[in-house]
Amino acid sequence: MTTIMNDITFSTAEAGAGLKAALEKGRADVIGVVRESAMRGRGGAGFPTGVKWNLAAGAQGDKKYVVCNADEGEPGTFKDRAILSEWADLVLEGMTIAGYAVGAAEGIVYLRGEYTYLVRQLEDALEKRREAGLLGENIQGKDGFNFDIHLHMGCGAYICGEETALIEALEGQRGEPRNRPPFPVNTGLNGCPTIVNNVETFAWASMILAKGPEWFKGIGTEKSSGPKLFSVSGDVDKPGVYEFPMGITVAELLKNVGGGGAKAVQIGGASGNCIPACEFSRAIAFEDVSTGGSIIVFGPERDMLKVAENFLEFFEDESCGQCTPCRIGNTRLLEGIRMLQTGHCSMKYLQELCKLGETMQLASKCGLGQSSPNAFLSIVKHFRNELMGRACVMVCK
Amino acid sequence: MTEKKNNPCADGTCRVPTSQRLQTFDTSADSGDIGALVSATIDEQEIKVPMGTTILDAAKSLGIRIPTLCNHDDLCIAGVCRICVVEVEGQRTLQASCAYPITQPIVVHTHTRKVRQARRHILDLMLSEHYGECYACFRNNNCELQALAKEYGVDFFRFGHPEKPRHTIDNSSYSVIRDMDKCIQCRRCVRTCIDLQEVGVLEAVGRGKDTAIATYLDKPLGDVVCINCGQCINRCPTGALRANDSTDEVWAAIDDPTKHVIMQTAPSPRAGIGEEFGLEPGTPMTWQMNTALRRCGFDMVFDTNFTADLTIIEEGTELLIRLYKNLVEGDGSMPVPQFTSCSPGWVKYIEHFYPEYLSHVSSAKSPQQMFGALIKTWYAQINNIDPASIVSVALMPCSAKKYECNRPEMCDSGYKDIDYGLTTRECAQMIREAGIDLPEMPKSEFDEPFGTATGSGIIFGATGGVMEAALRTVLELVTGKKVEDFYEHADIIPVRGFDGCKYAEITFPDELGPVPELIAHLVPNWDWLKGVTVKVGVAHGTANAKKVMDDIKAGGKFSQCHFIEFMACPGGCLGGGGQPIPTTPEIRKARAKAIYAEDKAYGEAGKARKSHENPAVLRVYGEFLKDGPCGHLSHKLLHTEYTPRGKYIG
Ligand SMILES: Cc1cc2nc3c(=O)[nH]c(=O)nc-3n(C[C@H](O)[C@H](O)[C@H](O)COP(=O)(O)O)c2cc1C
Ligand code: SF4
Repeated sequence: MTTIMNDITFSTAEAGAGLKAALEKGRADVIGVVRESAMRGRGGAGFPTGVKWNLAAGAQGDKKYVVCNADEGEPGTFKDRAILSEWADLVLEGMTIAGYAVGAAEGIVYLRGEYTYLVRQLEDALEKRREAGLLGENIQGKDGFNFDIHLHMGCGAYICGEETALIEALEGQRGEPRNRPPFPVNTGLNGCPTIVNNVETFAWASMILAKGPEWFKGIGTEKSSGPKLFSVSGDVDKPGVYEFPMGITVAELLKNVGGGGAKAVQIGGASGNCIPACEFSRAIAFEDVSTGGSIIVFGPERDMLKVAENFLEFFEDESCGQCTPCRIGNTRLLEGIRMLQTGHCSMKYLQELCKLGETMQLASKCGLGQSSPNAFLSIVKHFRNELMGRACVMVCK
Repeated sequence: MTEKKNNPCADGTCRVPTSQRLQTFDTSADSGDIGALVSATIDEQEIKVPMGTTILDAAKSLGIRIPTLCNHDDLCIAGVCRICVVEVEGQRTLQASCAYPITQPIVVHTHTRKVRQARRHILDLMLSEHYGECYACFRNNNCELQALAKEYGVDFFRFGHPEKPRHTIDNSSYSVIRDMDKCIQCRRCVRTCIDLQEVGVLEAVGRGKDTAIATYLDKPLGDVVCINCGQCINRCPTGALRANDSTDEVWAAIDDPTKHVIMQTAPSPRAGIGEEFGLEPGTPMTWQMNTALRRCGFDMVFDTNFTADLTIIEEGTELLIRLYKNLVEGDGSMPVPQFTSCSPGWVKYIEHFYPEYLSHVSSAKSPQQMFGALIKTWYAQINNIDPASIVSVALMPCSAKKYECNRPEMCDSGYKDIDYGLTTRECAQMIREAGIDLPEMPKSEFDEPFGTATGSGIIFGATGGVMEAALRTVLELVTGKKVEDFYEHADIIPVRGFDGCKYAEITFPDELGPVPELIAHLVPNWDWLKGVTVKVGVAHGTANAKKVMDDIKAGGKFSQCHFIEFMACPGGCLGGGGQPIPTTPEIRKARAKAIYAEDKAYGEAGKARKSHENPAVLRVYGEFLKDGPCGHLSHKLLHTEYTPRGKYIG
């Protein structure tokens, strides 16, 4: 089955142009270009990539690592799979540029367990790059620039997409997020400075080096520069991987993918936010509704309670189980949903659960627990009508 | 600030995943700041703290209380329970104060609405999974979860409460019982087991709602490589871990008029039991406890220090034999260094993890088991008591002693040498149940013939104590001089203290005494020890034992030792898994002080402080163990052998 795609800029990339441009510059200048582009991470959190690279470049360490986060575990995201299938070289090139910029000799692609079928293809790509002198020692004749990349397979845990849990997994431990600070740019894999970036981030970095920061900045909004890939699924005519400029409104996006009549859109996957039709004029950008690229569209027939239930079932299983608010909180929220479904949840208890959601957002150790109540909270907020009929109005508990 | 010297997280040797550690700082980038102070404003109070100090420690030094559950002074930082969250200005989310190192000026608020709500919710969530009723729990009134519920005014179960148990209680072990219905997953036990003890039988498994603390393949604790040290019990904030309690059986024996019930008490419980009655740590209760135990109904109350002294004679003699064989006869059948054998946690540790070194372990039984063997033989004989009617109970600071007394080989008297091992906590429970206020008891002596002990016996309770006692005796037996000639007040300071692995050397003078009569049949003279430097080591906590063992394996300095004392528990027996809860470095220090004070008091009262001067010990050799230390009868009754177990379990 082929994935539907629109015109994606990566198709126009000239092989090797980014790396060539990078190696003509000093390390600091490469980072300067990425900073200048104002690109923010494409994995979801939106941390400015140039700043991250700069921190790692300045950090002390015997070794440094460049890690490509290809765990792509967020429900409704599949754009990294598309990138790795079609433009893997661009990603590997971006990693090589990052290795040059921060002074790393080792790159690791942490690949989602379900993407094992891509291993052969990726290994071939790596081998070809080695043969072409694009990986290995003194790359492209650049004296002293040694960099190689290997694959590391994930085993199906969503939490291992979180960068510090990913690093724990790389070290052979249980995939559990670490305490922060310090951050991986200082103390990452094996205690060494490490940058972790999303697949797409590396691909864009490569193109930014090739085409210049101005080109990238000319697309998108001031605070969210550049184009972005979206994984669109749900009740639309043409689900697939789409490139749009950052800042596109939800309505516009829906128009492009045949999502007319939607009553809500889940932006940012299970841990993102549920936007009701009345807010479709909002912009998809870090300053408004941010996303790592997952767009799930809900048509008029969808039962929002079912949606919330589905997401919470996911989190109840995928929490790493380390911290109290997330490990137990998700279970209590899910129970609350089921109580609503059977008309056994009082308004008072529903309010209590919303406060619990706030606690989870504030007190959980990592991004999973901090965002897992989002969907529940936005559904309760925006689809009160759908819930009201089911909440037991009398205080029955 | 709390001392974290023996915290493996601090000395960089810990094995826990990085996710469960306080991260170290790369200060080299701004090396001018190393050791520099940063300012923190906590609840409007300002303080300057060294870079990297946690918010929790900074608050503590300001006298601001922040609740904690997963945090423990002996352990690495986990940051998982989240009860200690605080608001840091400029941060979107709340931060775990135990895991947040201060590296730049910060402003912290410890009890805002968000913080209070979060703490309440975290407690409510824990209680929603915590099956168990406080009044039917051994930690009632000494439970950190219960105390926090009170502190935060929990008066209903906001998110519900389990109505039936969901786990079966694992009571497969003689020593440690696990009741996972009460577990709040703070993971202190996990960190204790892997990090403090280097055993690693407990680990978090599963994910999400299925996360659980489990053993290898979820096997019963009795079937895995657990060494029974009970350190996890001492650090569990709730009643999820407890010792296998035998107070009911002991009461039943006391209630049975046909039974002669004997209690022996080890040195450490008396230094700790006061804590169970609200006294400051380090308040000794030796003589009050004697009275209390008699009032509870024990027929005889003996002092385990008597067999501690006997152990020194047996183990010390064995050491001299080993040295003679190795240094003079070139016979390596009994290798050096000799390892001590009185800590049953250590014995099980070496059986599992270094079985190839078992020939180094002294064959002398522990004081508890020597006592057991003598009570049901000699004591029964001289008092005309049928050994079958004797119930022999041992009050120990230890959970591993419960396993030890149930080892099948520990029946050399023809009966089970020791019937029950009681922990300090269980003994306190019996005393309370009898309506006795321990601190108010009049003082009384131990019973004869095992009432006389020495200062050397009492210091067995502290790390380095066995070594000091052995050195006092060996020095005097070999040199014919007084220990005081070598060490002021006979205090052998180099082997004392809480350093994880200690090493000391003592050189014998060129003038040595005659071989004392007691062991004259074993060695002809001391000429071979003239000018010889004896090297000794001391390790406490099996993580430190592992360091020493690995050093020996690698041919390091400990491989050159002649004698090494190993104790499974941090601090030695005084920090045992049967001691009152909680335990901290400060509490252990206070107990050690009480123990050394009692040793000193023996000297000041003109009583013996050296094992070989114990008149009761000399009497046993005169009247019963007539072929002397390491003789035939002593071998039968006072020595044992070990089982190479390995760490691979079927
Ligand atoms: C629970 C959780 C799961 C995550 N999963 C992924 C993922 O699958 N892929 C990804 O690129 N980032 C994921 N992230 C974000 C990463 O932690 C990290 O921010 C990102 O890899 C940084 O790369 P970027 O700056 O290029 O976006 C996840 C974060 C959390 C909290
Ligand atoms: S928030 Fe959830 S996933 Fe993150 S550390 Fe806590 S339990 Fe683990």
